[in-house]
Amino acid sequence: MEKNFNLDIISPESILISEKVNSVTIPSFEGEMTILVDHIPLITFLRPGIIKVEGSKQSQFFAEEGTVEFSNNTLIILSSTITSLENIKNQNISKIIEESKSQLTQDNLSDKAKYILSHKVDTLLKINQ
Amino acid sequence: MPSLDDLRKRISSVKSTQKITKAMKMVAAAKLRKAQEMAEKGRPYSDKMDLIIQNLSKAINDPSNAPKLLVGTGEDKTHLCVVMTADRGLCGGFNTNICKLAKKYFDEAIKSSKNLKIITVGTKGLDQLKRDYGQYIIKRINLKDKKKLSFLDAEEIGKQIVELFKNNEFDKCFIFYNKFKNVISQIPQQQQVIPAKVENKNKKDEEVSSYEFEPDEDEILDDLLPKNISTQIFKAFLENSASEQGSRMTAMDNATRNAGDLVDKLTINYNRSRQAAITKELIEIISGAESL
Repeated sequence: MEKNFNLDIISPESILISEKVNSVTIPSFEGEMTILVDHIPLITFLRPGIIKVEGSKQSQFFAEEGTVEFSNNTLIILSSTITSLENIKNQNISKIIEESKSQLTQDNLSDKAKYILSHKVDTLLKINQ
Repeated sequence: MPSLDDLRKRISSVKSTQKITKAMKMVAAAKLRKAQEMAEKGRPYSDKMDLIIQNLSKAINDPSNAPKLLVGTGEDKTHLCVVMTADRGLCGGFNTNICKLAKKYFDEAIKSSKNLKIITVGTKGLDQLKRDYGQYIIKRINLKDKKKLSFLDAEEIGKQIVELFKNNEFDKCFIFYNKFKNVISQIPQQQQVIPAKVENKNKKDEEVSSYEFEPDEDEILDDLLPKNISTQIFKAFLENSASEQGSRMTAMDNATRNAGDLVDKLTINYNRSRQAAITKELIEIISGAESL
């Protein structure tokens, strides 16, 4: 039996990945979830975090937000702020962290914005280690 | 009859114009290839986004509670029109075609006594619209300094539109742009973005109801709908920039050819007058010799 399903990761500028994979772990808004073959149809969206793809080869992406749909064994991830982890390491992460941290200290933030920003900082710190 | 010197000057001036248009055509061709590639790469994103929204909206049982961005305010009084044009001229009918379509729509809206609000993106559209519709223009967005349009720019405009909508500034929103069909034909388009257009296909209930939503439909829609607007605007950007380059390329190609024709005509004229002058001199000499 086939144990893999289709994954499409699409940003407005290009298609990052379109291949068959075994499992994908996504930072869904309410917590991490791993999607395997024959998952029930699902629509959700992402908080900042790392997307882990396991298939013929492993790859990791960092996304700040995005929309996820799974149906008929096809997983579609749409995100305008997605970059592969190798790419983001070349960028100046510490600077982004500092910026996010200073945003966090502002008073007029909604709970949701705080939640998203704190996750962004956590994830980036983890990457930076 | 212009003198030989005048003709010579005109020929060289037309020739240098031809050189400029030829160079512009080549630059446009190179840019067109890039823009076309971008437009093609951007399509899957907006297509998939559309698909997800269609699926989501089918799952909503109670339209009265649905987000207003999806179903509208229920009124049809104020229309917001986003007219997207280029920042540069010399591209044939590109800007004029969009403005023509937009103006036709504005006139209809005014006739049926609707409130009109206009946002212009790009300076050329503003130039054409400000005389007749200046009092309706609420925002002018200028992207002249941007070298390359990114999704963030589209997102910025999308956010402004959503903000206006949340303040109940308008009921319906349209965007005007040129759709890129091929290099020689670009079709001006009017597209409704708020409320999102949902095709009323036959509901496949069994398939739809099996979707699992996390957190829930409303929250996902709240997140997705503003994104969808940005996506639509970004798509319009890409189509527009491909159309602009295509249109400029065609226009410049025509201009180059016209200049060539003109040079040919002037050259024939020049040669004829030169010959006429020589003949005249010969006749003078011969008749002078004969009279002796």
